[in-house]
Amino acid sequence: MSLTHSNDIPAPVADDAGPNAPHGVHAVPRRTLAGVYGLLILFTVITVAVSKVDLGQANIWAALLIAVIKGGLVTMYFMHLRWDSPFNGLILITALFFVSLFVGLALLDSHSYEPQMKPTPMYIKTR
Amino acid sequence: MSTASTEISGHSYAHGPGRHDPHLAHHFDTPEQQFTSAKLGMWIFLGTEILMFGGLFCAYSIYRHNHPLVFKFAAEAYLSTKWGAINTVILITSSLTMAWGVRAAQLNQKKLLIICLVLTLMGAAGFLVVKTIEYSAKLDEHVWVGLWNKYNGDNDASYATPPPEQPTTRPMVQIPAPAYSPVAMADDANIGQDVSQIKPRFNDSFSQSIRKQPPRTESDQKPSGEEQVGERYKQLSASDQWHVNTFFSCYFLMTGLHGIHVIVGMGLISWILMRTLRNDFSSEYFTPVDLVGLYWHLVDLIWIFLFPLLYLIH
Repeated sequence: MSLTHSNDIPAPVADDAGPNAPHGVHAVPRRTLAGVYGLLILFTVITVAVSKVDLGQANIWAALLIAVIKGGLVTMYFMHLRWDSPFNGLILITALFFVSLFVGLALLDSHSYEPQMKPTPMYIKTR
Repeated sequence: MSTASTEISGHSYAHGPGRHDPHLAHHFDTPEQQFTSAKLGMWIFLGTEILMFGGLFCAYSIYRHNHPLVFKFAAEAYLSTKWGAINTVILITSSLTMAWGVRAAQLNQKKLLIICLVLTLMGAAGFLVVKTIEYSAKLDEHVWVGLWNKYNGDNDASYATPPPEQPTTRPMVQIPAPAYSPVAMADDANIGQDVSQIKPRFNDSFSQSIRKQPPRTESDQKPSGEEQVGERYKQLSASDQWHVNTFFSCYFLMTGLHGIHVIVGMGLISWILMRTLRNDFSSEYFTPVDLVGLYWHLVDLIWIFLFPLLYLIH
């Protein structure tokens, strides 16, 4: 028995896999791979174009949003998460959650110690 | 299926007559279970990779948050959007060929798998070539990490002016110069002077190359790119001027760690390529291809975030 695909749900085999497609193996269809690639290139062009437009504070958020969309495409299709056990995706989301917690909490109080972060050149330290 | 029957069928799968799978380890019931376990382990590893890069992203966020103008100045003056975009396209393309290679391995298409792996390797090599071009341009401009950065205030040849908060009185007691240095303490007045006038403290070949600025020729009538950078640098506040080299520390650590991952990925893909030529993989067993593919996609994933954060600062 397969852990990836239970018996009630038919295993998603690539539609263009041909007669050689082995049972129970899910190969990503060619059209999906090419489509995802096209979208990734398109979003790369968009993110460069958006960076040339002055949106003020929104620039960084637009860049991050596009990066997240691209990352989603890579993880879902190239990395097969869309068809995998959800547990693999959970590991990714957990890692991203802790990184955002780390960055977010570190950013919260960075203003409070920033004034003390004056540069201390070596020639002053040697006095 | 009940647990008992799973165990029986799994046992017979591994050891039954005529059904022995040479790749199935003793402690797994079925090849599918072994494959999903391997993939789970790989994902946990990728999670720790994301956490490792998270530390660098954290440092980046704090410094960019507190010195947005530094990041804008440094990225616009020294980072080429063109090269960054080219490298993004190269990595995305190599990600596609890797995903296609995994598909080829799953469908027993050995020739296609070899082509895909070779193309992926070429993409990785192309990425590193572009990165080398970028790095050497920065080395030529003397913007590297730590003291090897001309903006570093601790470097005698630095362009930075001391921040106004710093005391500018001379020391009461002269401390003898350390052995490595002919002149240990730069005069405060020296900071911001023509770099060729400043006496050396670090006397390695790199510091010497910084001091050997080529003399101005008559053809330098209109402001060169370097002079424009200098003009924009002077518009930064004194505190920001001292943090310009922090941007380059972030840049080189993030892209450097990513570059190390690219090199490791090249090694892994070469290993997969060799095993493919040895006929190790089939639709029954392609786990290493799949896992190396996951690793390579993570390298792509991290670059997808590095590119806008470093090259596209507005």
